[in-house]
Amino acid sequence: MDPVIELDGLEVRLAGRVILKNLKAALTGRSIGLLGPNGAGKSTLMNTLLGFYQPSAGTARVLGRDIRTHAREVRGLIGYMPENDAYIAKMTGVHLVRMMAELSGLPPEHALERAHEAFFYVGLGEVRYRALGTYSLGMKQAAKLAQAIAHGPKLLFLDEPTNGLDPPARLRMIQLIQEIRDRGDLHLILSSHLLRDVEECCDQVLILKDGNVAAFCNLEEERRANRRFLELETRGANNGSFVEAMEKMGCETAVGAQGRLKLILPDGLELRRLYEVAAAQSVQIRRLNRKRDSLEDIFLKAMEAADGRI
Amino acid sequence: MAVYKKTYRPYDGETTSTASRLLVIPRYALEELHRSKFLTTFFICTFIYPLICALIIYVQHNASALKLLNAESAQRLISINVTFFQALLGWQSMLALFLAAFIGPGLVSPDLANNALSLYLARPFSRVEYVAGKMSVLVILMSLMTWVPGLLLFALQGYLESWQWMVDNQRLAWGMLFGAWVWILILALLALALSAWVKWKPAAGGLMFGVFFVAAGFGATINAVQRTKWGHLLQISNLVGQVWVWLFEGNNPTTSGAIFFRITQGEELPLWCCCAALAALAGICLYMLARKIRGAEVVR
Repeated sequence: MDPVIELDGLEVRLAGRVILKNLKAALTGRSIGLLGPNGAGKSTLMNTLLGFYQPSAGTARVLGRDIRTHAREVRGLIGYMPENDAYIAKMTGVHLVRMMAELSGLPPEHALERAHEAFFYVGLGEVRYRALGTYSLGMKQAAKLAQAIAHGPKLLFLDEPTNGLDPPARLRMIQLIQEIRDRGDLHLILSSHLLRDVEECCDQVLILKDGNVAAFCNLEEERRANRRFLELETRGANNGSFVEAMEKMGCETAVGAQGRLKLILPDGLELRRLYEVAAAQSVQIRRLNRKRDSLEDIFLKAMEAADGRI
Repeated sequence: MAVYKKTYRPYDGETTSTASRLLVIPRYALEELHRSKFLTTFFICTFIYPLICALIIYVQHNASALKLLNAESAQRLISINVTFFQALLGWQSMLALFLAAFIGPGLVSPDLANNALSLYLARPFSRVEYVAGKMSVLVILMSLMTWVPGLLLFALQGYLESWQWMVDNQRLAWGMLFGAWVWILILALLALALSAWVKWKPAAGGLMFGVFFVAAGFGATINAVQRTKWGHLLQISNLVGQVWVWLFEGNNPTTSGAIFFRITQGEELPLWCCCAALAALAGICLYMLARKIRGAEVVR
């Protein structure tokens, strides 16, 4: 699969400081999360891909276009929802989105239609003729999303989309992002320091720390692997025979104290077989846990690594 | 698809050309300005002077009208010459300054106040195009106030006088066109630069007048105290006035500029100094704009 974003030794210097250091990665997922603590370089990376900052070394390619030589073309493919407030206070919501869609190249009549659609889609249909300055924080976030999707981009940049939202508004925003992702028409890059947001919306994660790539993982593969990893607590005299039987079926096993077992199931082996073998060996399975190496674990490991890399 | 169907769908329709996107900003800005009754009224009122001029030209060439008004001697009193056109340009340009002070501050500052610039510049739209789009709002309106009526009046005079008059006085037309453009570009750049740096609109408007009047006063003080003429370098209207006089009459001027742009006799600066000072002012404005018009600000 062609990478959505390819970082090729990307380095960015701002005000004499190196903010992004020799980033190398090929992101291929449909929805990619950018994680990292504050100041890790997430927003700088997005701003560089948008052409707001010039790379001091290396380059990056967005959907195959080099950001150094095809910046305009790259921006034509992107919809951007910035982190901070971004609106014109006296303009009505639909007016702003229409203007932005026209600047992206839509003819006026299409831009108007799409602006209305986008506003209804993000749940602001009833307030689309109100001045943006009168919107609540949640409404402003939704309006930012509307302007980012109105022109139908191929790649959507969402910078901290749930910033400052209350729980119901956050849930609504996450649902919208998942819905856009599941339509499969575009790729999205979600930058956040909230692990839950990334975990719920993304299938690939790039973790940044101090301007370095600290970790890069495929959440989907991680989740799949986690499903095969089991921790058991058993009771019964034939525990040894049970372990042997499981190994014969292709499981990797590790025996702990007091009847505790760790198993990695081979592909194709159903959990049901485990219970059948246990019953045949007169072993009781008192507890069964799936390994939960969550995004939080991955993130913490990345943060603990001394040089910012795991 | 009906708007009430709340689904996301990609866009695969036609797109506009890059050049036509340049017109989006002025179109929206002019729409916005049109909503202000004060500005609309002011703009319409700026055509009163050119209309009076047109009337004068017409009456000048209409013997029966002069007879009817019992003012046959008026033909000698008001002559359609370089002073007539300079006065027109001077008066209209002064009104353009007021227009720029009213409109200019509202062009960039609302975008900067709430970080809307990142929305513009995250699209296939460059910083230069953004500035050009915003500038074109002022350029269009000020052109309609200055050189467009000026050239129309020149054409009317030529039509009523003779083709030979037009040929003999073509320098007046070029003078009006280029003279107005010098003033328009300086005003537009200054208005945008101040609008980008001063987010509070009334303050930006006030500063616009300040640059012209306070700096002129400061320049006059320097002249008086130091017994020099170089203080005129701070008087933008004086600099523009000298350029105009040259554009209208060349190296042997018979006039000293028009209202607001008048040059004090004997205190003229070298032309190249005036051009260099105006170019430096334009350069400073462009630098100020380049510093502020960015998709994302660098925190130092």
